[in-house]
Amino acid sequence: MGKLRKELGGCDEEGPSLSRLLEERGVSRRDFLKFCTTMSAALALPVTFAPKIAQALDEVKRPTLVWLEYQDCAADTEALLRAEHPTVAELILDILSVDYHETVMAAAGFQAEEALAKVVKEQKGKYLAVVEGSIPLKDDGIYCCVAGRTAVDTAREVCGNALATIAVGTCASFGGLPAASPNPTGAVGVREAVPGATVLNLPGCPLNADNLTAAVVYFLTFGKLPATDDQGRPLFAYGKRIHDNCERRPHFDAGQYVERWGDDGHKVGYCLYKMGCKGPETFHNCPTQRFNQKTSWPVAAGHGCAGCSQPGFWDTMTPLYQRLPNVPGFGIEHTADSIGIGVAAGTAAAFAVHGVVSAFRGKSDADTSKEEK
Amino acid sequence: MADLYEKYIWEVPVRVTHWVIALSIVTLSLTGLFIGAPKSVALVTDEFTMGWVRFTHFVAGYAFAVSVVSRIYWSFVGNEQASWREFFPWRNKKGRQDMYNVFNYYTFVSKRAPYTIGHNALAGLAYSVVFLLYIVMIITGFALYSEHAPHGFLHHIFGPVLHIFTNQGVRMTHHLIMWFLIAFAIHHVYSAWLMDIKERGGVMSSIFGGYKPVHKKD
Ligand code: HEM
Ligand code: HEM
Ligand code: SF4
Ligand code: SF4
Repeated sequence: MGKLRKELGGCDEEGPSLSRLLEERGVSRRDFLKFCTTMSAALALPVTFAPKIAQALDEVKRPTLVWLEYQDCAADTEALLRAEHPTVAELILDILSVDYHETVMAAAGFQAEEALAKVVKEQKGKYLAVVEGSIPLKDDGIYCCVAGRTAVDTAREVCGNALATIAVGTCASFGGLPAASPNPTGAVGVREAVPGATVLNLPGCPLNADNLTAAVVYFLTFGKLPATDDQGRPLFAYGKRIHDNCERRPHFDAGQYVERWGDDGHKVGYCLYKMGCKGPETFHNCPTQRFNQKTSWPVAAGHGCAGCSQPGFWDTMTPLYQRLPNVPGFGIEHTADSIGIGVAAGTAAAFAVHGVVSAFRGKSDADTSKEEK
Repeated sequence: MADLYEKYIWEVPVRVTHWVIALSIVTLSLTGLFIGAPKSVALVTDEFTMGWVRFTHFVAGYAFAVSVVSRIYWSFVGNEQASWREFFPWRNKKGRQDMYNVFNYYTFVSKRAPYTIGHNALAGLAYSVVFLLYIVMIITGFALYSEHAPHGFLHHIFGPVLHIFTNQGVRMTHHLIMWFLIAFAIHHVYSAWLMDIKERGGVMSSIFGGYKPVHKKD
């Protein structure tokens, strides 16, 4: 991975260094260092890493970045536009050189497509690709076309030739909502659509833009992608369960639960376990990183976690307000418990009847059976 | 009854694992029901009700797992009644005949209480299914348990289960099978009682002491 670092350093040779850019734009050194400290915290690194990050960001040349949008709702772009540190202008203009982004770029039509083609051709193996949205594979991928080309076609070209690809949001990571059953378009995530590409998954619905910034900063600082779990998600953001970092956890352990929306427990912030919170099975840093300038996160706001950063969440984490899914093959109102109680009660009833009949049929002739033996 | 004598049938490991399994299933079901649908019991937040319930569940879970594994091991080294062969009665002709006889007795077709030294054949069959359920419970239980330490040893082993069947699928399976085991327990205790009275085979006390009255020639 040290190689990546060199490649990065080598790209966009003519561009000015980051510190000079920041200076030009009137961002103080102090603000820059504050940003680096925030980033080392987001990356779960000791604060002593802040100077190292600052130095690395000072020295690194701006890497080119292209942002591809496929089957999505643009919420990850939205999240990015609302990123606090750095503001979108800083991120786009200063740290990264975004040469292609369908939603926010000024260019349009052929001009835009040319920019993309130019990056792929001239910076082969040196640029970063970001993908938002899932990629349909069914019927040769015709369900999502940009500029006359299918998503899978461009993704294979752009991500296949990139230094690394960052899949932002659950759709790009695992297929997300478009891949929900019955998955009419055959949607998949980038890792599946472009086998062999170097992909970092940042799922979430939407992703937390702080995690994207932190992942890019990590990449620029260490010249490699951060360590990931078996789902390709960086450990700094997805290494812990929501449930294990949740501020309502003491209520869970104590045995204090919201029983109904708006009841007294809900008003004082009891645990949302019984309201279908999927925190116990979801890996994400929402409780610590939070959203919207660290203002809040779903559980703090009184709503259970929906499990949005887990693969297949729409199919497996629903019903959202129920702890367990419904038993397949039974009517939707049949939970595991009503079926289970039925089985147990049925057994008890059957044996009660059996017992009554046995009592009436009198003694078995045990001796006959002995003869048989 | 002069030809009867007390034969040592259930060896110590069979009896110990039976009772550890039985007690742990009761504990696991009670605590599991609470974990699945807890009541708001705590008045103040520094209580630890759910915490202790889960702790009990996990300790009983370990006891259960160790017992099940030990019993399976013993089915390879123990006596004839303990053998794994008892759990697959359909493998030979005598087993199939025994199953048929017991089935007829249970369904009131025949009046003859079947006589066997160890398990009766149908019970053996039921136990093979029950042991399968035990193993599913252990795998799903430890898979759920492993998520508290996502990079630990247990998660390494059981993590793939969560990927293949999804966490919620594993959770529901774990929950549903509890009811199947409860249904089995109802049937099982009833049958043991039935056999004890009707067969007068002393099967009930045999699982405590290990001895069971059998015919001389056996
Ligand atoms: C026959 C044996 C067992 C029974 C009847 C049983 C029953 C249950 C039930 C009913 C639940 C609640 C499920 C839900 O609604 O989410 C549960 C949860 C659980 N069980 Fe078991 N269980 C058994 C064995 C085990 C074993 C061997 C382990 C391994 C340590 C285990 C670990 C767990 C864990 C980790 C949970 C989830 C707890 C949580 O999320 O807080 N169980 N069990
Ligand atoms: C009052 C409680 C119980 C009594 C009197 C009892 C009695 C017995 C007896 C007499 C046997 C051996 C005879 C035969 O093969 O038919 C046996 C075996 C067995 N019992 Fe129970 N039992 C009790 C509770 C339970 C419970 C709660 C479970 C688990 C749900 C259980 C699971 C088993 C299994 C799996 C076997 C066969 C396994 C082996 O050979 O080790 N028992 N029980
Ligand atoms: S609110 Fe959800 S994540 Fe928080 S403790 Fe309760 S169940 Fe766990
Ligand atoms: S709390 Fe859960 S549903 Fe909400 S953003 Fe975080 S992982 Fe997604």
